[in-house]
Amino acid sequence: MDTVIKETILAIVTTDRERVIHSAAPVFYAGDEEERERVALLLSKVTLGMVHDLENGCLIIVKH
Amino acid sequence: MADYGRVLVSGLVLGSAGRLLLLRADYRQYPSFPRGYVTHLVLGIIAAALGAIAVPALAEKEYTAVTFLALAAQQFRDIRSMERDSLESVDSTELVPRGSDYIEDIAKTFEARNYIAMVTALSASLVVYLSDSIAAGVLAGAAVFAGIVYSLKGEKVGDMAEVVEAKIEFDGPLLMVDGVALMNIGHAKAREKYLTRAIAVRIIPKDDNARVTLGNVGQRQALVHNAATQLGIRKDVDEPEFTPIARRNTESGDIVMAIFSMEPDIECLIEAVKKTPVLESSKRKPLDSPAGRKASD
Repeated sequence: MDTVIKETILAIVTTDRERVIHSAAPVFYAGDEEERERVALLLSKVTLGMVHDLENGCLIIVKH
Repeated sequence: MADYGRVLVSGLVLGSAGRLLLLRADYRQYPSFPRGYVTHLVLGIIAAALGAIAVPALAEKEYTAVTFLALAAQQFRDIRSMERDSLESVDSTELVPRGSDYIEDIAKTFEARNYIAMVTALSASLVVYLSDSIAAGVLAGAAVFAGIVYSLKGEKVGDMAEVVEAKIEFDGPLLMVDGVALMNIGHAKAREKYLTRAIAVRIIPKDDNARVTLGNVGQRQALVHNAATQLGIRKDVDEPEFTPIARRNTESGDIVMAIFSMEPDIECLIEAVKKTPVLESSKRKPLDSPAGRKASD
């Protein structure tokens, strides 16, 4: 049986460094919104996670 | 020993025919493959044989033959666990899983179908033995079969709720259907797709019984699975944002559901939802209890 960690934040993509402090999940900084969307998309394809918007400049990738 | 050939054969044939009639790929889309058919047909014939043989055995005062029926019950329980195991093992590879409640319901149905084959065979052979007329046995078997099948015909979601089209909108990244938040979708493109091509329904329960039953998580998973299999789903494993979800309006008890289907036809979605069976395990009847009745006033 496969063991999968679910409902945890796998990665954070943000345009605002101030919004993320000491994250356990890896943080990816993006220069602008377009890059942020693109990085989040690429990460979600690799992790099979889902992209969620926190509306403060951060996107998080969560495996469900 | 008297000639029990007619008794045995008529029971066996009727029981097996009954199992064959019940063996069809229905809304569950299962079993839809030849090997599944063979397994269930053979087990159904065995069940019919056990039912048919009981009458001659009892007529010959071989009372130990009754233990065979107990053996049969054990055998059919194994069928239930066989179905459960096989469906559970493939559930993780479904784009929209059935969920354990639906699987249990299907497994129970398969177990029950073998009992139906056995009882049909038993009644047919009994009547042939008593009346010495095959025609009477066939009639009795058919009547018992039809009676059981009719009484086991479960409720459908359409019987206990109204299903209407619902409106999809976004509150920031939150996908909303008729004001209920379904999920947070971060991708702008995915949001665009939902707004332009997805369809949604609202399921309005008719009474308190329906409200509790439809609130069951397993029942909701069965709903989305049925909708996704029947309409086709536009989704792959790396696109979890297109997984259909049914959420509950906690104020009214209504269920809302959005789906990004291959065929964005709202009439078909409503039809698929209405035809979804009400799972035995999710069925609740609070209105049958004094407290539940009083609370609903």
